[in-house]
Amino acid sequence: MRYSLLSVIGQAFKGNQGWKPAWRDAAPKAEYDAIIVGGGGHGLATAYYLAKNHGLTNIAVLEKGWIGGGNVGRNTTIVRSNYREHTNIPFYEHALKLWEGLEQDINYNAMVSQRGVLNIVHSDSQRDAAIRRGNAMRLNGVDGEFVPRDKLRQMVPEMDYDNARFPVQGALLQKRGGTVRHDAVAWGYARAADMRGVDIIQNCEVTGFTIQNGQVLGVETSRGPIKSRKVGLACAGNTTKVASLAGLRLPIESHVLQAFVTEGIKPLIDHVITFGAGHFYISQSDKGGLVLGGSIDGYNSYASRGNMPTVEEVMEEGVALFPMLGRLRILRSWGGIMDMSMDGSPIIDKTDISGLYLNCGWCYGGFKATPASGWCFAHTIAQDEAHALNAPHKLNRFETGYLVDEHGVGPQPNLH
Amino acid sequence: MRITCPHCGPHTSEEFSYLGDATKQRPQGTLDLKVWNDYVHLRANPHGTHRELWQHGPCRTWMVVTRDVTTHEIFAVERVGESN
Repeated sequence: MRYSLLSVIGQAFKGNQGWKPAWRDAAPKAEYDAIIVGGGGHGLATAYYLAKNHGLTNIAVLEKGWIGGGNVGRNTTIVRSNYREHTNIPFYEHALKLWEGLEQDINYNAMVSQRGVLNIVHSDSQRDAAIRRGNAMRLNGVDGEFVPRDKLRQMVPEMDYDNARFPVQGALLQKRGGTVRHDAVAWGYARAADMRGVDIIQNCEVTGFTIQNGQVLGVETSRGPIKSRKVGLACAGNTTKVASLAGLRLPIESHVLQAFVTEGIKPLIDHVITFGAGHFYISQSDKGGLVLGGSIDGYNSYASRGNMPTVEEVMEEGVALFPMLGRLRILRSWGGIMDMSMDGSPIIDKTDISGLYLNCGWCYGGFKATPASGWCFAHTIAQDEAHALNAPHKLNRFETGYLVDEHGVGPQPNLH
Repeated sequence: MRITCPHCGPHTSEEFSYLGDATKQRPQGTLDLKVWNDYVHLRANPHGTHRELWQHGPCRTWMVVTRDVTTHEIFAVERVGESN
C-alpha cells in the first residue's frame, strides 16, 4: 500500500482498520541470488539499493532478532557529514544527500529534520581545528561555517558560555546536519525493500557458512540451510562472531555505547549540539525528551548495558554545557554493541572468500551513514568491486598502511 | 564493575585504564607485515571469556584480567609477569 494524503484520509473514514502490515513476515526459500546477514539499518538499506539500483530482487535479509531491535534503534539519531579526511567526506556527504531525498524515495515519513549540528569549541586551538575542518568540508562541496561566540549566544542562549574551565568560544555549524527518526529508518527501508520483492526473515540466526574452493555457496541458519553465491555481512557488534564462522579474523573489537533520554520538556534545544571539551552530544526529540550520549565505556563488551562511571561522565559533561540539565530526570538509558575498528573508520569490502562481502567497523558512527553504507555495499555486492565512494574503506588497509584515521589516535579501538 | 588490583585490592573500574587483548604477543625477530598486522590489528574479540590488560592508575600496576564480556563478571586478576 502506497502511503499518501488520500490513504490517510481514506483510512480515517474506516476507523484506521484497513492498514496492512508494512512488510511481509517471509519464510526462507531454498535459494536466493543474494543474502544479507543482519536486518539492521545497513542490511535493510543494502537490500533496498540492491533491488532499486542493481535489479536484484531475489534477496533475503536474515535477522536473528526482530527488525528495529538492534543498533538502528539504539543510537542518538544524529546525521551529519562534518568530517575532515578526504577519504571520509564524500562518503558521508553522499549519505546526507540520500537522507535529504529519503522520504520521497521510500515513501515513508522518517522525520528527517535538518536542524543543524553545532560542534562547540572551547579554546583557540580547538577553534583553529574546527575552522580547518570546516574548510576541508567546503573544499569537498559540503556546507560548513564557523559561528563566533556572540552570534552563537543568539542562536543558543541556554548554554553556559562562561564555564570557568571550558568557556564557549564558538562553534562549527553544519546547517544541513540534524536528526532522523531511527525506528522509522528501519521500518521505512524494510517496507521499501519488501515492496520490491525482498524477503525479510526475522528470528533467523546464521549458524554457519557453506564454502567450497574459496567460494561461498550458502549459509546454515536456525531455520535451515539457504543457498546463495553472494552473502553480505552487516552484523554490527556481532560481526566478528558471525565472520569467525567463515574463518575470518578481523580488525574489530566490540564495545558498549550508552545513550540516555530525559523526561519530556518544552522546546529547549533547537540544534544538535556537541561539547568540545569532552565527548558529549545532545538534541531534543519531537516528543520533548532530550537525547544524549558520550563515549563508549572503553573495554570489550557484548553486554547491552554499561557501567556507572560512563553515566556519571556523560551527565557531568552535559551539566557543564547546560547547567539546567541538573534539574531533569533521566527517563531511559540503554547500551548498544559497537563494532569498533582499529582506525575508527568503517570497512565495506570484499573478503578473500569469493562471494562473501563485509560491512562493519562503524565505531558508533553508523547511523548517519545508513543510506550510503547500503548504497555502496549494494554496489560492492552487485558489481563485485567497491564503488569510488567506499574504495578507501578496504579491509586490507590495515596491512598496507592506508588507514583512514579521522582522529589520529592509532590502533586503540577504545579511544575512537 | 570493580577490579581487584593485586597491589591495592578492590577498586572501582574508573581508576583503571584499559589496553585490550592480553593474548597478543609482540612478534620477535620478524619484519613480516602479515605477522605484525596480526599483532597490531587483528583480534579474536571473543563472545564470552576475554583475557585483557588493565592498569591501575594510582599504583601503576599492570594486570591481566579474565572477564566475561557478556556479563562483566571477573574471574581472575593476575599481575603481569605472574600470569604466563
